[in-house]
Amino acid sequence: MNKVMLLATTGLLSATVGTASWAQEAHPITGDALASDQTFSYRLLDQFPSIDPQLIEETAGGHVARQLFEGLLTQNADGTLRPGVATEWSSEDNTTWTFKLRDDAKWSNGDPVTAQDFVFAWQRAADPATASEYAWYVELSKIENAGAVIAGDSAPDSLGVRAVDDHTLEVTLAQPLPYFPQMAVHYTFMPTHRPTIEAHGANWTNPENIVSNGAYVLDDIAVNEFFRLKPNPEYWGADEVIIKEVTGYVINDVNQALTRFQAGEFDMMDDLPAGSFPRLEAEAPDVAHSVPRLCSYYYTVNQSESGHEALQDVRVRQALSYAIDRSVITDRVLQAGQAPAFSFTHWATAGFELPSIDYADWSQQERLERAKALMAEAGYGPDNPIEINLIYNTSENHKQIATVISQMWRPLGVSTQLNNYEWQSYLDIRGNQNFDVARSAWCGDYNEASTFLDLLTTNNDNNDGKYSNPEVDRLMDLSLTESDPQATYTQVEKILAEDMAILPIYHYTQNFVLDPAIRNWPMENVENNWYVKDIYRAAAD
Amino acid sequence: MLVFILKRLLVAIPVLLILIVGTFILMYTAPGSPFATDRGIPPAVLANLEAQYGLDQPFAVQIWRYIVGIVTEFDFGPSFIYRDQDVNDLIGQGFPVTLTYGFWSFVVAVIVGGALGILAAVKHNTWLDYLAVGISIGAQVLPNFVLAPILVLVFTLWLGWLPGGGWQGGQIEYIILPVIALSTSFMASIARISRASMLEVLTSNFIRTARAKGLPMRRVIFRHALKPALLPVISYLGPAFVGMITGSVVIDIYFSTGGIGQFFVASALNRDYGVMMGITVLLGTLTILFNLLVDILYAWIDPKIRY
Repeated sequence: MNKVMLLATTGLLSATVGTASWAQEAHPITGDALASDQTFSYRLLDQFPSIDPQLIEETAGGHVARQLFEGLLTQNADGTLRPGVATEWSSEDNTTWTFKLRDDAKWSNGDPVTAQDFVFAWQRAADPATASEYAWYVELSKIENAGAVIAGDSAPDSLGVRAVDDHTLEVTLAQPLPYFPQMAVHYTFMPTHRPTIEAHGANWTNPENIVSNGAYVLDDIAVNEFFRLKPNPEYWGADEVIIKEVTGYVINDVNQALTRFQAGEFDMMDDLPAGSFPRLEAEAPDVAHSVPRLCSYYYTVNQSESGHEALQDVRVRQALSYAIDRSVITDRVLQAGQAPAFSFTHWATAGFELPSIDYADWSQQERLERAKALMAEAGYGPDNPIEINLIYNTSENHKQIATVISQMWRPLGVSTQLNNYEWQSYLDIRGNQNFDVARSAWCGDYNEASTFLDLLTTNNDNNDGKYSNPEVDRLMDLSLTESDPQATYTQVEKILAEDMAILPIYHYTQNFVLDPAIRNWPMENVENNWYVKDIYRAAAD
Repeated sequence: MLVFILKRLLVAIPVLLILIVGTFILMYTAPGSPFATDRGIPPAVLANLEAQYGLDQPFAVQIWRYIVGIVTEFDFGPSFIYRDQDVNDLIGQGFPVTLTYGFWSFVVAVIVGGALGILAAVKHNTWLDYLAVGISIGAQVLPNFVLAPILVLVFTLWLGWLPGGGWQGGQIEYIILPVIALSTSFMASIARISRASMLEVLTSNFIRTARAKGLPMRRVIFRHALKPALLPVISYLGPAFVGMITGSVVIDIYFSTGGIGQFFVASALNRDYGVMMGITVLLGTLTILFNLLVDILYAWIDPKIRY
């Protein structure tokens, strides 16, 4: 009630036109009675830098793009693929992919969505003139000539994507990629409307200019304050869209945001205050949620020349990893359902099978004894201590974890110097290998183990620890040619655990609070991709 | 007087230039880049980005282009982070917000603070004085990052009277909490300064004369004491006004108003060189202008001052 009054007084309800028609109606599938107020609002931690699909480089903008634009494929609640603009997709050899597009897909100005729109968008993503920070994603997807186009050595139209006709898109890859359709879900590959971009340049995403093809259109935006979306009447599935208004509020301060959530100002927020989850869950189990999220938290060990010489010894790396009591970190520090990690790939990754990693099954006592023995074998220990420099970026959680781990390493004769840097400095230091151990995290770009494992190949740009094992490189190359590469991924994880290429710590969960009236939230989507067109607000009982 | 103003404005130009060059150098030497992410950008893409923003040019060329852009076209360049907007857009959006809540905070701080201070001085050593001093000290020691969450807790979560944040084009219910949070400490300072200076003025000879000739107290205070007592307050108000209208990162972050205070801090952390320079220049210009205004007011109020 409070919320309704509040919204009414502030005029936020000014445009709930059409919601009345849903009053007392039931959801076609679940049968829940629908609330008369079909709005959904959520909190954003930071303003997204862009909602131009080809320029987006972070999750907040990605969430908005998923409502505004529709790519070839989208995801079901459990993360499996479902048709978007494409209704059928197939490949004989995993190298040439053909997508059949629906003929009733339209842009918000009424233009038909055609294969040429995708060709334009994908070329635009790779084109050096666009200067997209996500151009690497086009290269990662192995589309033919992507590297040459990005480097400016080939014209954008040489990219391996073409429109066979208005409703057939053909993608040619430089090598077979069985999971290419999964990659096509990403926002970088959403279509954009060429005439709009050509007419308005960088301002094409302003509410008065933007033309989009998703379930919603951008109605209003104020930087660092809020944005609002309205249903797109031209959307092919417009009849099934229930939520009539989507609002995002930018609230930087996390505690302030939680207070406002509790006051009923909005329906969903993630990035909860550090350590608040157990309390929230105890107070309101139907509001607080913890679901797997495709990210891994780990420590990068600098194995290059600039790192501590002891870290080049596999025994020292193993000892450091063994000595970390992961359950203390997940159960005492984070307390939000995170899983202790012994592998780099997140346990919930589609199709991925965890290898049997020996030290995962040992007791912590056993691990610690092995760790001490390994250190002694390597010639280190309390008598010959080593001092390592551990860097992390500013965050209460990172600090607590680093403090706890430095204490766990103490019995090994390892004294840890903790160095906290703000984000940009941290990236600079980590990218230039000016550290011994660095707090790191990696989130999957698509739901397949290679999104993690590729990182630890020798020539990967993000391999900041400079780990290198020719066998891993060979297996990852091999995996690309296999129809079912899962066994190879398991094998790679086994090697990574033996080499202790990184120190895995925990696998993420997505922790968030959600108004229980909002239904059909995709709890099982490990990539945390949600589409407002799928959700609805149930009437109060 | 006119010569004085002209002189001051002329001096402002080199001051601003030094400010620009100094900030540019600091920015240039800070580690990191606006384009760095934990994904590691391929060198070809990074080169494209740097070329697009002119970061591939030598330092002298970059700063020259920047200054020329401002002087000739009043163009503060692109934002390095908000790719859909340029600096003029962002400041154009954020500055009216901060100007609005800053202005109202100023009005509240001056009226309430001034009244408290004068009241305390006139009723020196009575319970009214102690109460006013108590309030102003309490307000002074309560920082706005503590006050802001308390306000939201009380007025939004418990009472449900006011929204806990947002701006919505500056509707009155969105302005109240930011104004309270921002004005409190300024109000306290104004109260303390005006109380002290009023006390001093009230014990001076000309007031004793005025009272001796039988003028009513009200007349003595408003006619004779107020103007000289305001001098120290005014020298404080110039910078305080700039401080308020240029926003406060605390207010912007806690109330998500979309003001430039938040842009300023975020731009430094993100290495958004364009936005950071733009706001620095704006703040510098306003500071210079309001200091000048204070000096002019001084001459008007205090007949002893001549330029």
